[in-house]
Amino acid sequence: MRLGGVSALGAFLAACGVQGKGKPQASVAPDAVEKFWSGKAKNGKVDFANWPLYMDPKKPELAKFTAKTGITVNYQEVIQEMGPWFAKVQPQLSAGQSIGFDLMVITNSVQFGQFRSGGFLAPLDHSKLTNYAANAAKSYAQEAFDPGNVFSIPWASGITGIAYDIKKTGREITSLADLWDPKFKGKVGMFSDSQELANFGLLAAGLKPGESDEAAWKKAAAKLKEQKDAGLVRNYYDQSYVDALGKGEVWLTQAWSGDIFQKNVSDGTDFRFVIPSEGGTIWTDNMAIPITATNPVDAITLMDFFYDVEISASLAEYINYVCPVPAAQDQIKKDAAAASGDDKASLTEVADSPLVFPGAADYEKLHYYVDFNTAEEQQKFQSIFEPITLS
Amino acid sequence: MNRVKRTLAPYLLVLPGGLWLLLFFIVPMAAMVSLSLQQGDVINGYRFTGHWQTYVDAITDYRVQLIRSLVYGLIATIILIVMAFPMAYWIAFHGGKRKSTYLFLILLPFFVSFVLRTISWRQLLTDDGVLLHPLKEAGLLSSGFHILGTPSAVIFGLVYNSLPFMVLPIYVALERIDPRVLEAARDLYAKPPTVFSRVVLPLALPGVFAGVLMTFVPASADYVNSQVLGSSSTTMIGQVIQAQYLANSNYPMASALSFMLMAVLLVGVFAYARALGTEDVMNAAAR
Repeated sequence: MRLGGVSALGAFLAACGVQGKGKPQASVAPDAVEKFWSGKAKNGKVDFANWPLYMDPKKPELAKFTAKTGITVNYQEVIQEMGPWFAKVQPQLSAGQSIGFDLMVITNSVQFGQFRSGGFLAPLDHSKLTNYAANAAKSYAQEAFDPGNVFSIPWASGITGIAYDIKKTGREITSLADLWDPKFKGKVGMFSDSQELANFGLLAAGLKPGESDEAAWKKAAAKLKEQKDAGLVRNYYDQSYVDALGKGEVWLTQAWSGDIFQKNVSDGTDFRFVIPSEGGTIWTDNMAIPITATNPVDAITLMDFFYDVEISASLAEYINYVCPVPAAQDQIKKDAAAASGDDKASLTEVADSPLVFPGAADYEKLHYYVDFNTAEEQQKFQSIFEPITLS
Repeated sequence: MNRVKRTLAPYLLVLPGGLWLLLFFIVPMAAMVSLSLQQGDVINGYRFTGHWQTYVDAITDYRVQLIRSLVYGLIATIILIVMAFPMAYWIAFHGGKRKSTYLFLILLPFFVSFVLRTISWRQLLTDDGVLLHPLKEAGLLSSGFHILGTPSAVIFGLVYNSLPFMVLPIYVALERIDPRVLEAARDLYAKPPTVFSRVVLPLALPGVFAGVLMTFVPASADYVNSQVLGSSSTTMIGQVIQAQYLANSNYPMASALSFMLMAVLLVGVFAYARALGTEDVMNAAAR
């Protein structure tokens, strides 16, 4: 991995952008932005589709947004996994109908590519994204799945690693090999998303997801099949893995970094999260406006609002995911200095957390998703990994 | 004029039902078969290419789940018959004035939605739940013991959720047996077991058949019980179809699997009908 430059994050993401083997650049007609946004006006409301565990349940940021702009937000935690979300909204989008949401948070996945190539995303009017231009880490504009942030801007990035209940495992979990340990038979959770699953199979087989080909996928699939056939895997989960960990159904599981922090805060549990020694993966969840949105101006106003330094700090303080606004780190430190007791300790922890503001050393352990050059390649990939979760 | 009316009458009478069947069964069925032979993806659309390979892939990749579903469905159905027959028998012959109360009690839990009931079982049976936690604390079970995620849990869910659909048809069949027929049997010196096996059972068989139709077919195609109570090793064909449609957007594969499942179930049901004696069974199904 190439590192260097102003910020480690920047270099890392830039390197990734280059790795995206000749991906098409921002392919949108020059007048598309103009065409979409002309005649669109503020309507005073916005329907926002997001994932669970992605905002303080009291939604303080949205209250501030409404107070400031007069736009009310209907916030729904309806996205649990990318595949089902895409399958659910695709028929309406294809028919040019509203999906009932003006704003959605989607991962840099196979489905992000499908949303894009289907023409289902509204091109963003960057003149309306002033906070974003001022405060976002510049590297995000170079991510391979949406160079130039033509269709999306990040909500948060996150790391896929392993979460575990140390009371049950009886020992610290440090590596992917632990997910293959016969001692945990029937107590291991894996993700049902084929990319998430494949990534861990690849890393466990000593292969790099970002540079993998069909032969590597088959090796990874064999490794995952072995894990399954040995009866190790309790189930392949979507967002419900958090619940399964809480109920003791799994003792260790593939997990998304911020979820475990939030679970511990809200339920008083003592689960741990680790980036395995073989490496974890990093992904970005992005705010995007469906092409059929009825309130796009309100939606883009809300998108930009989350790039206000105070707001992005407030969000990161709760969700504990990688924050796309570097200045938020100082803001959280300021908030910590102003707080006292438990709050102070927890805020200091967030400001220093490698899971929220990862440093260069952390990025060295993180890998990007498998990149697809063609639709056939992607279908091949899915046909290799889907039978694992489904059989 | 009258003759015309008379010849047209049966066709007119069959028209609403026929149209219904055409619109909501024949047309979707044809669309499904056609889709199963198409190629493409959701973005660029599907084109009919007569691609039989999808069926080959379906059998190669998912025959395990198909067979597993039929086995689970069959086991659940047998357990259901064994459980439901005595219940129906007792209510029909010994229920007295409270027959309808007993039937209502059987139906009572089903006033709660199917999915909610299944999720409630998950809460009760979960690894650290109200049932298993105390037993584990007391050292009676190892900490890794679990009910959820096993085939038994899934079959239990199938049985629990189908019980009334087996009890009610058997009850109806038993209830319509004229008590004088049983009296006659006894008058002719038949002992109770003989009365049961020679008189009650044959008369109840149409009810059992109707019950089997109403439980085996949905149980084999079910995807909720395995999803909620099962694990990666109990995946049923319904889950695969659901995932192919609603997660992977692989419509041809989902259609091919749906068609195969339906074909297999139809063949199974017809074989069963034949074994039981077609005439009676068709009459029973028609009732």
